[in-house]
Amino acid sequence: MTLSKTFGTSIRALTRNVTRSALTVLGIVIGIGAVIIMMEIGKGSSGAIRKTIESMGANNLLLMPGTASSGGVSFGAGSVLTLTAEDSAAIKRDCDAVVGAAPVVRARSQVVFQDRNWVPSFIYGTTSEYLDVREWSNMAEGEMFDDPSVRNASRVCVVGKTIVRELFQGASPIGKEIRIQNVGVLVLGVLSPKGANTFGMDQDDVIIAPWTTIKYRVTGSSATTSTSSSSSASGGGSTSSATGVYPGAATLYPVPSASQVADTPKQVRFANIDQIQIATRAGRTQDAIQQITALLRERHHIRAGEPEDFSIRDMTEAAANLASTTSMMTNLLLAVALISLVVGGVGIMNIMLVSVTERTKEIGLRMAVGAKGKDILLQFLVEATLLCLIGGVLGLVIGRGGGMVVKNFMHWPIEPSLEAVIASIAVSAFVGVAFGFYPAWKASRMDPIEALRYE
Amino acid sequence: MPADDRPDTQSMALIELKDINRVYHLGEMDLHVLNGISLSIDRGEMVALMGQSGSGKTTLMNTLGFLDHPTSGKYLLDGEDVTEVSADRRAEIRSRMIGFVFQSFNLLPRTSALEQVMMPLAYSPEGLGEREGKARAVELLKRVGLSDRMDHLPTQLSGGQQQRVAIARSLINKPSVLFADEPTGNLDSRTSVEILEMFQKLNKEEGITIILVTHSAEIAEHASRIIRIKDGSVDGDERVAKPRGRMPEGAAA
Repeated sequence: MTLSKTFGTSIRALTRNVTRSALTVLGIVIGIGAVIIMMEIGKGSSGAIRKTIESMGANNLLLMPGTASSGGVSFGAGSVLTLTAEDSAAIKRDCDAVVGAAPVVRARSQVVFQDRNWVPSFIYGTTSEYLDVREWSNMAEGEMFDDPSVRNASRVCVVGKTIVRELFQGASPIGKEIRIQNVGVLVLGVLSPKGANTFGMDQDDVIIAPWTTIKYRVTGSSATTSTSSSSSASGGGSTSSATGVYPGAATLYPVPSASQVADTPKQVRFANIDQIQIATRAGRTQDAIQQITALLRERHHIRAGEPEDFSIRDMTEAAANLASTTSMMTNLLLAVALISLVVGGVGIMNIMLVSVTERTKEIGLRMAVGAKGKDILLQFLVEATLLCLIGGVLGLVIGRGGGMVVKNFMHWPIEPSLEAVIASIAVSAFVGVAFGFYPAWKASRMDPIEALRYE
Repeated sequence: MPADDRPDTQSMALIELKDINRVYHLGEMDLHVLNGISLSIDRGEMVALMGQSGSGKTTLMNTLGFLDHPTSGKYLLDGEDVTEVSADRRAEIRSRMIGFVFQSFNLLPRTSALEQVMMPLAYSPEGLGEREGKARAVELLKRVGLSDRMDHLPTQLSGGQQQRVAIARSLINKPSVLFADEPTGNLDSRTSVEILEMFQKLNKEEGITIILVTHSAEIAEHASRIIRIKDGSVDGDERVAKPRGRMPEGAAA
């Protein structure tokens, strides 16, 4: 018997009892529909969770300068300044696993506005890209400073919510001038609140200004180097590296003569920065670490075998959190999916068994006119699989529709999942074969004489 | 197959049984249903297997029709020993050579007469195309006088019409032998005669060997030969000189 004839026979058998076929299918429709809807909600929620965790810095890397040591005594991370703004630009340009990189200069100082003063937890000098890297782009008020401000070391800044509360008592700070170590800085915007970080530090207690402003106007040297023995050496450096990054930048220091340049061939010390904040592509953190390591070893002329003059920190804890949350969610949904499909499959098996018993005479007749055991087996197997596939497709439609309803009326995050679609069709076919096999096998083993005599 | 196209009928029997036994094992007890049956049926004969209920005539028919297999003995079909063939091979022989007509018609529920008739084609090794199969089914339904009932469902047909659909179905694969198990058991006497005359006509015009299983002497007399079965043995084998029915000439001509 050819397969097309088997299909024809099966379809005719199914349409002979439409009501029962429809009721049989219902179990699978509900099962697959539930799976699809759950998968979409699950994917949507885990996407939302991922975004939340990412905003906490799961995809962020922190590139710190290396460690100075003297006679076996280490001074800890950041005690030697080896990173430059050019490194930051190069990382963004050359590492394809990196989305963004922002140089950061830190300071700690008193901030004054009229008769109030405050010492912010964080004073960061950086570029406008910093907020993208930290996924902090939405401003509560006003706007972020732009690249020309960084190039010109403009006296502008944006402030966090805590600063607004402490210095301005909640009034809008836009257009006001605050003083950081007696340098007047104009407030351009207010950052959206971010709350405490994982260590309980208030992330809104922050002032962000162009790194050139903080480095050259406010501190004159970086916070970490103020105690470092290398700070005197860096005083003899050049500003040329800043002009390298920002062409046309304002000249802050006298241009060195040719002989001065010849005396100090490595002129990068003065433009060094405290750290580089890096955003990697989702899931490619390890690639990014490798690429950055390779790039900086080359840029810093570190020979193979020599220790690196920088270190990279990743947010391992947050990333692990993300992974465990997502996998728990997936497993939970998988369990729900399995249960509903098993229930649907048992329903199919039940109805197919009833159908086989009810059609005993038909089976006997088919055998009498020449059907072999395998013809009967195939027919019932195809019937069960067809039922499941029809149920699967209907369930798919209902699941997608339900997903849209949940999205539009309940405003839950929904992500359509191609895997769910493919999996549900495959699973419904599998359920059809798996749970249709026993009834079909039973039918194929019937004795034609007894089947014909069955009443 | 025309009547004059059987030259070797005398030399070789279509069906030959030699000492056929059939024993059913029911728990501890052995039930001997067929006890050493030997008989031979020629091509083109119309034979009635007659006996009381429980005599073993249906088991004999099942054995002859490859639905059952004998416990011992020898079955030659067309000279070929088919005593011990596999279930699949039996199905193939049924499909190729044998047609069945049952007392309870055994039509598929909610299926049109045309589809009923075409159904056995699906299992035929002949592999007839959909269109040729349909043409053949239409032809057969015309021959049994149901050309205007092709799309009717079993519930829309009378008993006699249902049995005629069943006869058309049994003929679709051009069988050599047609087995009819109490084909008139569920019909009134007038319709019964119609059906029996149809068998006589098929036997005479197509040369199909017909084996009629019945308990009624009246029905058995429509055949040209009556084999009486009693307690699983052949109790008598006689030719009917003038079969019943309103056939213009004798069916055994």
